[in-house]
Amino acid sequence: MPRKKIELPYAVDYLSILNEKGELDKDLEPDIPEDVLLKLHRFMVLARKFDDQLLNLQRQGRMGTFAPISGQEAAQLGAVSLLRPSDWFAPSFRETGAELWRGRSLESVILVFAGYAEGALVGKGNGEGEKTMKNMPVSIPVGSQIPHAVGIGWGIKYRKKDDVVMTFFGDGATSEGDFHEGMNFAGVYQCPVIFVCQNNHWAISVPREKQTRSKTLAQKALAYDVPGIQVDGNDVLAVYAAAQEAVDRARSGDGPSMIECVTYRMKMHTTADDPKRYRKEEEVEKWKKHDPISRFQKYLVNKDLLSDKKIEELENEIQEEIKSAVKRAEEVMKDFTDPLQMFDHIYSERPPYLEEQRKALAEEIEMTKDEEKEEKGE
Amino acid sequence: MAKMTMVQAINLALRQEMEKDDRVIVLGEDVGRDGGVFRVTDGLIDKFGENRSMDTPLAEAAIVGMSIGMAVYGLRPVCEIQFSGFSYQAFHQIECHAARLRMRSQGVCEVPMVVRAPCGGGVRALEHHSESRETYYAHTPGLKMVIPSGPRNARALLVSAIRDPDPVIFFEPKATYRAFREEVPEEEETLPLGKSVKVQEGKDLTIISYGAMMRPTLEAAEALKEGDGVEAEVIDLLSISPLDHDLFSESVKKTGRVVIVHEAPRSFGPGAEIVSRIMEKSFFYLEAPIVRVTGFDVHIPLFSREMAYLPGKDRIARAAREVLNA
Repeated sequence: MPRKKIELPYAVDYLSILNEKGELDKDLEPDIPEDVLLKLHRFMVLARKFDDQLLNLQRQGRMGTFAPISGQEAAQLGAVSLLRPSDWFAPSFRETGAELWRGRSLESVILVFAGYAEGALVGKGNGEGEKTMKNMPVSIPVGSQIPHAVGIGWGIKYRKKDDVVMTFFGDGATSEGDFHEGMNFAGVYQCPVIFVCQNNHWAISVPREKQTRSKTLAQKALAYDVPGIQVDGNDVLAVYAAAQEAVDRARSGDGPSMIECVTYRMKMHTTADDPKRYRKEEEVEKWKKHDPISRFQKYLVNKDLLSDKKIEELENEIQEEIKSAVKRAEEVMKDFTDPLQMFDHIYSERPPYLEEQRKALAEEIEMTKDEEKEEKGE
Repeated sequence: MAKMTMVQAINLALRQEMEKDDRVIVLGEDVGRDGGVFRVTDGLIDKFGENRSMDTPLAEAAIVGMSIGMAVYGLRPVCEIQFSGFSYQAFHQIECHAARLRMRSQGVCEVPMVVRAPCGGGVRALEHHSESRETYYAHTPGLKMVIPSGPRNARALLVSAIRDPDPVIFFEPKATYRAFREEVPEEEETLPLGKSVKVQEGKDLTIISYGAMMRPTLEAAEALKEGDGVEAEVIDLLSISPLDHDLFSESVKKTGRVVIVHEAPRSFGPGAEIVSRIMEKSFFYLEAPIVRVTGFDVHIPLFSREMAYLPGKDRIARAAREVLNA
């Protein structure tokens, strides 16, 4: 009875193409059209500036809790930029950058974070009520969107389309059952799913090394016979190249892939969290040197696609765009005063008991108004 | 019309809906080649292939989660959880997503899916195989919770559930799977979700029940008629949510006396909600305190004692006499 090694033909690639100094591995450089390069850059800057603005709004009490994305722009945009409009996208809650690329409006993001469910319908992207949404809404329970992507992928396969679905999650999600179950199902059914893990090193206060003993997160895919690759997640070219490979594989019917983007959460988990309680400032400082935007800018300047002047102009233009979106969102918000809105979209049709509860609240609101008038002696 | 068991009637509903609509896909553990552990999906794989009668890996959360994705994509998944006692492993998918995606997307995403699961006791099964936890699902906004009581209504309700634009939790009382046969028409038949039915007219007392408890309830009603000359009005809820309070509140206005029967534990069970609705709708017509005949607030015992746990004909009849004599 032997005891022998079962040879598994697996190893995890690590991919880095553009380092923080802007140095490039020419052999690995992906062939990205100039307009796409500039669009990528624009959205990375937009995502960063918008993140800053959202934080300001939250700190001023004009918006509620949100999860900042700063530092993860390359991981999100490098991957999502490979999708076609007919492809599907299933984000977690820290993918604002990717959501903007997919057409969600700045106003919609602000309004939902400001506590208005109907913000989901504001601006293009979510289809303004059209039943054609290919973008799933934000999913807050960690990792729970992953099986949805598998179901969508299965639907694509069933309908014999060459679309794909891309789902995003963090390092913490790889400890969740939904991640493993979803990955296993995608492997078994060979669904066209791209699993993008943004390993930002922190799941609130728990560091990556305490999340799992595994050397990489990408290797978890290998257990399900799903190709997994680890990339420098702050190198947009590496993320793009890996995503291109994964999307091509899925589109041509060769099944799912996982990409682990090694990146860093530069800000807090959410605005309700104080990272000083659990991580050292030096670590954040160290990661500032690996910034995804500045190295991409060096690359684009070297390619004569950008200049300091053009960057400044773009930043100003984006600031204006954000400013006017905030203004519009706060205008729209004024119309979102009806508490009865909470009774909408619970069922396709409101059942009678829910209609009664809605009516009761409406009457209560009227009574309160009348009482207030009386108190004021009107 | 053929005489069918509930298993055969549910199979008929699935088969006919799958024939009519290629969006309808059955998935779950052992539902394909094995035809389900209760044979409910028997033969579907031969007729529709393994893409429409899918044997899944063993993972409840992914079965439900994947079904959610399929539903959002535009399919009509009917997933099976092998026993409702294992549905909790998918509870977060049902609660956080199936029930909420319509709200979260403000009506853009619909989740037209059915989660089928055998429920209830009475078949001498292992632990976790005899639960009646419909309250968990009926308590969750955004879900519909349906429990048929016989072959014919099981078939008609499942057809409606599959066509419904909202997620439906469809509990099948396994004690009634093969307990009796009914005429089930070959031609299409549906029953509306959120509507109860009056199974028996009566003027002296209203007995409200559903699922497997309909049989002992009707037996008790018969015993009351034979032994006491009492005419009980019997209501089969069919849907636990949305709860149809109109039918039973109107009945209470006529009879003034109520017994509620379910095998789920008593506290916070469906009976508690029914009592509250009666208080709101027809309190001034009551002639006597309402009595609940239910499972006890314990885990349903292992099978040597399960018959003592489950409400039976005698317990229901005694409760009715108590209400009548109050």
